[in-house]
Amino acid sequence: MRLVISLIAGSLFGAGLFLSGMTDTTKVQGWLDVFGAWDPTLAFVMGGAILPMMVAWRLTRGRTPLVGGAFPEAPGSLLDRKLMLGSVAFGAGWGLAGLCPGPAIASLSYGGAGGLVFLAAMLIGMGTAPRLGQYLDSSPHPA
Amino acid sequence: MGLIGGLLIGLGAAVYLLGNGRVMSASGIIGGLVDGTGRNALVERLVFLAGLIGTPALLFAVSGAEVSTHLTQNWIIVVLAGLLVGVGTRVANGCTSGHGVCGISRFSVRGIVATMVYLLAGGVTLLVMRHLTGVI
Repeated sequence: MRLVISLIAGSLFGAGLFLSGMTDTTKVQGWLDVFGAWDPTLAFVMGGAILPMMVAWRLTRGRTPLVGGAFPEAPGSLLDRKLMLGSVAFGAGWGLAGLCPGPAIASLSYGGAGGLVFLAAMLIGMGTAPRLGQYLDSSPHPA
Repeated sequence: MGLIGGLLIGLGAAVYLLGNGRVMSASGIIGGLVDGTGRNALVERLVFLAGLIGTPALLFAVSGAEVSTHLTQNWIIVVLAGLLVGVGTRVANGCTSGHGVCGISRFSVRGIVATMVYLLAGGVTLLVMRHLTGVI
Protein backbone atom coordinates (compact mmCIF):
# COMPACT_ATOMS: atom_id res chain seq x y z
CA MET A 1 0.00 0.00 0.00
CA ARG A 2 2.79 2.40 0.99
CA LEU A 3 4.53 1.83 -2.35
CA VAL A 4 1.34 2.26 -4.40
CA ILE A 5 0.72 5.59 -2.65
CA SER A 6 4.32 6.66 -3.35
CA LEU A 7 3.95 5.82 -7.04
CA ILE A 8 0.65 7.73 -7.31
CA ALA A 9 2.07 10.76 -5.48
CA GLY A 10 5.26 10.81 -7.58
CA SER A 11 3.24 10.44 -10.79
CA LEU A 12 0.85 13.30 -9.90
CA PHE A 13 3.84 15.47 -8.95
CA GLY A 14 5.60 14.64 -12.24
CA ALA A 15 2.49 15.24 -14.36
CA GLY A 16 1.89 18.55 -12.61
CA LEU A 17 5.46 19.74 -13.11
CA PHE A 18 5.34 18.72 -16.80
CA LEU A 19 2.01 20.44 -17.54
CA SER A 20 2.60 23.58 -15.48
CA GLY A 21 5.80 24.70 -17.22
CA MET A 22 7.93 24.32 -14.09
CA THR A 23 10.51 22.35 -16.11
CA ASP A 24 10.84 25.17 -18.67
CA THR A 25 13.78 27.21 -17.38
CA THR A 26 12.89 30.23 -19.55
CA LYS A 27 9.49 30.42 -17.89
CA VAL A 28 10.86 29.86 -14.39
CA GLN A 29 13.54 32.53 -14.81
CA GLY A 30 10.85 34.88 -16.13
CA TRP A 31 8.92 34.29 -12.91
CA LEU A 32 11.95 34.84 -10.67
CA ASP A 33 12.90 37.99 -12.60
CA VAL A 34 10.89 40.33 -10.36
CA PHE A 35 13.32 43.21 -11.01
CA GLY A 36 13.13 42.72 -14.80
CA ALA A 37 10.51 41.47 -17.27
CA TRP A 38 8.47 39.66 -14.62
CA ASP A 39 6.17 36.87 -15.82
CA PRO A 40 3.66 36.22 -13.01
CA THR A 41 1.97 33.12 -14.53
CA LEU A 42 3.86 30.60 -12.40
CA ALA A 43 2.23 32.11 -9.31
CA PHE A 44 -0.84 30.14 -10.39
CA VAL A 45 1.20 26.93 -10.16
CA MET A 46 2.29 27.74 -6.62
CA GLY A 47 -1.23 28.83 -5.62
CA GLY A 48 -2.81 25.81 -7.29
CA ALA A 49 -0.45 23.47 -5.45
CA ILE A 50 -0.98 25.10 -2.06
CA LEU A 51 -4.81 24.80 -2.19
CA PRO A 52 -5.13 20.97 -2.01
CA MET A 53 -2.42 20.92 0.66
CA MET A 54 -4.30 23.39 2.85
CA VAL A 55 -7.24 20.97 2.76
CA ALA A 56 -4.91 18.01 3.37
CA TRP A 57 -3.28 19.55 6.47
CA ARG A 58 -6.77 20.26 7.85
CA LEU A 59 -7.73 16.62 7.24
CA THR A 60 -4.75 15.39 9.30
CA ARG A 61 -6.32 16.71 12.50
CA GLY A 62 -7.45 13.89 14.77
CA ARG A 63 -6.53 11.26 12.19
CA THR A 64 -3.59 8.99 11.35
CA PRO A 65 -2.05 8.31 7.91
CA LEU A 66 -3.73 5.63 5.81
CA VAL A 67 -0.79 3.24 6.27
CA GLY A 68 -0.62 3.93 10.01
CA GLY A 69 1.94 5.77 12.09
CA ALA A 70 1.70 9.48 12.77
CA PHE A 71 1.68 12.68 10.75
CA PRO A 72 4.84 14.81 10.76
CA GLU A 73 5.09 17.15 13.73
CA ALA A 74 4.88 20.90 13.26
CA PRO A 75 8.32 22.18 12.22
CA GLY A 76 8.54 24.94 14.85
CA SER A 77 9.56 28.46 13.99
CA LEU A 78 13.34 28.35 14.36
CA LEU A 79 14.88 30.72 11.81
CA ASP A 80 18.50 29.60 12.04
CA ARG A 81 21.50 30.28 9.85
CA LYS A 82 21.05 26.99 8.01
CA LEU A 83 17.54 27.94 6.89
CA MET A 84 18.57 31.44 5.80
CA LEU A 85 21.95 30.72 4.15
CA GLY A 86 20.69 27.50 2.57
CA SER A 87 17.71 29.30 1.05
CA VAL A 88 19.96 32.09 -0.28
CA ALA A 89 22.21 29.49 -1.96
CA PHE A 90 19.22 27.60 -3.35
CA GLY A 91 17.58 30.77 -4.69
CA ALA A 92 20.83 31.86 -6.36
CA GLY A 93 21.18 28.48 -8.07
CA TRP A 94 17.52 28.43 -9.06
CA GLY A 95 17.88 31.89 -10.60
CA LEU A 96 21.08 30.97 -12.46
CA ALA A 97 19.69 27.93 -14.27
CA GLY A 98 15.91 27.90 -13.64
CA LEU A 99 15.74 24.35 -12.26
CA CYS A 100 14.80 23.32 -8.71
CA PRO A 101 15.08 19.71 -7.44
CA GLY A 102 11.63 18.37 -8.47
CA PRO A 103 11.75 19.62 -12.09
CA ALA A 104 15.42 18.60 -12.40
CA ILE A 105 14.30 14.99 -11.81
CA ALA A 106 10.99 15.22 -13.70
CA SER A 107 12.67 16.52 -16.89
CA LEU A 108 15.21 13.69 -17.05
CA SER A 109 13.63 12.17 -20.18
CA TYR A 110 13.79 15.36 -22.25
CA GLY A 111 16.39 17.50 -20.47
CA GLY A 112 19.32 16.29 -22.57
CA ALA A 113 22.96 16.26 -21.51
CA GLY A 114 22.61 19.62 -19.74
CA GLY A 115 19.91 18.19 -17.50
CA LEU A 116 22.15 15.27 -16.56
CA VAL A 117 25.07 17.58 -15.74
CA PHE A 118 22.79 19.76 -13.59
CA LEU A 119 21.46 16.68 -11.79
CA ALA A 120 24.97 15.31 -11.15
CA ALA A 121 26.11 18.65 -9.72
CA MET A 122 22.94 18.84 -7.58
CA LEU A 123 23.58 15.37 -6.14
CA ILE A 124 27.20 16.31 -5.34
CA GLY A 125 25.93 19.46 -3.63
CA MET A 126 23.47 17.40 -1.60
CA GLY A 127 26.31 15.07 -0.61
CA THR A 128 28.37 17.94 0.82
CA ALA A 129 25.43 19.56 2.65
CA PRO A 130 25.63 17.54 5.92
CA ARG A 131 29.22 18.67 6.54
CA LEU A 132 28.37 22.30 5.79
CA GLY A 133 25.31 22.04 8.02
CA GLN A 134 27.46 20.70 10.87
CA TYR A 135 29.88 23.58 10.42
CA LEU A 136 27.06 26.16 10.51
CA ASP A 137 25.70 24.53 13.67
CA SER A 138 29.05 24.40 15.47
CA SER A 139 30.73 27.69 14.49
CA PRO A 140 30.02 30.58 16.89
CA HIS A 141 26.85 32.50 16.18
CA PRO A 142 27.29 36.21 15.51
CA ALA A 143 25.51 38.31 18.15
CA MET B 1 -2.26 24.88 -17.72
CA GLY B 2 -0.38 26.52 -14.83
CA LEU B 3 -3.32 26.19 -12.46
CA ILE B 4 -4.13 22.61 -13.53
CA GLY B 5 -0.48 21.60 -13.20
CA GLY B 6 -0.31 23.28 -9.81
CA LEU B 7 -3.43 21.46 -8.58
CA LEU B 8 -1.90 18.12 -9.67
CA ILE B 9 1.29 18.93 -7.75
CA GLY B 10 -0.75 19.77 -4.65
CA LEU B 11 -2.85 16.64 -5.10
CA GLY B 12 0.32 14.53 -5.23
CA ALA B 13 1.55 16.17 -2.03
CA ALA B 14 -1.86 15.58 -0.39
CA VAL B 15 -1.85 11.88 -1.35
CA TYR B 16 1.67 11.47 0.03
CA LEU B 17 0.75 13.21 3.29
CA LEU B 18 -2.62 11.58 3.97
CA GLY B 19 -1.52 8.18 2.66
CA ASN B 20 2.01 7.72 3.93
CA GLY B 21 2.13 10.49 6.51
CA ARG B 22 5.08 12.17 4.81
CA VAL B 23 5.93 15.66 3.59
CA MET B 24 6.46 15.62 -0.18
CA SER B 25 9.77 17.44 -0.48
CA ALA B 26 11.72 16.69 -3.66
CA SER B 27 15.04 17.71 -2.08
CA GLY B 28 14.30 15.65 1.04
CA ILE B 29 13.37 12.52 -0.90
CA ILE B 30 16.44 12.71 -3.18
CA GLY B 31 18.83 14.10 -0.57
CA GLY B 32 18.00 11.33 1.89
CA LEU B 33 19.14 8.82 -0.73
CA VAL B 34 22.39 10.72 -1.33
CA ASP B 35 23.51 11.20 2.28
CA GLY B 36 22.13 7.93 3.63
CA THR B 37 19.59 9.44 6.04
CA GLY B 38 16.76 8.01 3.90
CA ARG B 39 17.71 4.36 4.31
CA ASN B 40 14.62 3.76 6.44
CA ALA B 41 12.28 4.37 3.50
CA LEU B 42 14.56 3.42 0.62
CA VAL B 43 12.08 1.60 -1.63
CA GLU B 44 9.32 4.13 -0.93
CA ARG B 45 11.63 6.92 -2.14
CA LEU B 46 12.76 4.99 -5.22
CA VAL B 47 9.16 4.22 -6.23
CA PHE B 48 8.22 7.88 -5.77
CA LEU B 49 11.13 8.90 -8.04
CA ALA B 50 10.09 6.28 -10.62
CA GLY B 51 6.69 7.99 -10.85
CA LEU B 52 8.27 11.44 -10.90
CA ILE B 53 10.55 10.50 -13.82
CA GLY B 54 8.28 8.02 -15.62
CA THR B 55 5.07 10.03 -15.84
CA PRO B 56 6.59 13.10 -17.55
CA ALA B 57 8.52 10.72 -19.84
CA LEU B 58 5.23 9.07 -20.80
CA LEU B 59 3.45 12.41 -21.31
CA PHE B 60 6.42 13.64 -23.36
CA ALA B 61 6.29 10.52 -25.54
CA VAL B 62 2.53 10.54 -26.20
CA SER B 63 2.11 14.31 -26.57
CA GLY B 64 4.60 14.48 -29.43
CA ALA B 65 4.99 18.15 -28.59
CA GLU B 66 8.25 20.07 -28.76
CA VAL B 67 9.20 19.99 -25.10
CA SER B 68 12.46 21.48 -23.93
CA THR B 69 13.83 22.71 -20.65
CA HIS B 70 15.64 25.52 -22.55
CA LEU B 71 18.53 25.06 -20.12
CA THR B 72 21.50 27.33 -20.69
CA GLN B 73 24.38 25.87 -22.77
CA ASN B 74 26.91 27.50 -20.46
CA TRP B 75 28.29 24.47 -18.61
CA ILE B 76 29.95 26.50 -15.89
CA ILE B 77 26.60 28.06 -15.01
CA VAL B 78 24.87 24.66 -15.15
CA VAL B 79 27.38 23.06 -12.75
CA LEU B 80 27.49 26.06 -10.41
CA ALA B 81 23.67 26.25 -10.31
CA GLY B 82 23.36 22.51 -9.66
CA LEU B 83 25.83 22.65 -6.78
CA LEU B 84 24.07 25.66 -5.21
CA VAL B 85 20.61 24.08 -5.55
CA GLY B 86 21.84 20.78 -4.10
CA VAL B 87 23.70 22.15 -1.12
CA GLY B 88 21.22 24.98 -0.44
CA THR B 89 18.07 22.88 -0.36
CA ARG B 90 19.65 20.31 1.96
CA VAL B 91 21.19 22.83 4.35
CA ALA B 92 17.86 24.71 4.47
CA ASN B 93 16.03 21.36 4.72
CA GLY B 94 13.58 22.09 1.91
CA CYS B 95 12.95 23.40 -1.59
CA THR B 96 9.99 24.65 -3.62
CA SER B 97 7.89 21.58 -2.83
CA GLY B 98 8.95 21.11 0.81
CA HIS B 99 9.09 24.68 2.11
CA GLY B 100 6.96 26.24 -0.62
CA VAL B 101 4.00 23.92 -1.21
CA CYS B 102 3.96 21.81 1.97
CA GLY B 103 5.25 24.50 4.36
CA ILE B 104 3.19 27.51 3.32
CA SER B 105 -0.01 25.44 3.23
CA ARG B 106 0.36 24.61 6.95
CA PHE B 107 1.32 28.24 7.72
CA SER B 108 4.81 27.18 8.82
CA VAL B 109 6.94 30.21 9.67
CA ARG B 110 10.07 28.39 8.46
CA GLY B 111 8.42 27.49 5.16
CA ILE B 112 7.12 31.00 4.55
CA VAL B 113 10.44 32.69 5.43
CA ALA B 114 12.50 30.18 3.39
CA THR B 115 10.25 30.72 0.36
CA MET B 116 10.53 34.52 0.60
CA VAL B 117 14.33 34.24 0.96
CA TYR B 118 14.89 31.90 -2.01
CA LEU B 119 12.51 33.82 -4.28
CA LEU B 120 14.26 37.08 -3.40
CA ALA B 121 17.70 35.45 -3.87
CA GLY B 122 16.56 34.21 -7.29
CA GLY B 123 15.33 37.69 -8.22
CA VAL B 124 18.57 39.36 -7.11
CA THR B 125 20.61 36.73 -8.98
CA LEU B 126 18.74 37.50 -12.21
CA LEU B 127 19.08 41.24 -11.60
CA VAL B 128 22.87 40.95 -11.19
CA MET B 129 23.71 38.13 -13.61
CA ARG B 130 21.24 39.01 -16.37
CA HIS B 131 20.49 42.72 -16.24
CA LEU B 132 23.64 44.22 -14.71
CA THR B 133 26.40 41.93 -16.03
CA GLY B 134 24.71 39.98 -18.85
CA VAL B 135 26.35 36.68 -17.86
CA ILE B 136 23.12 34.66 -18.25
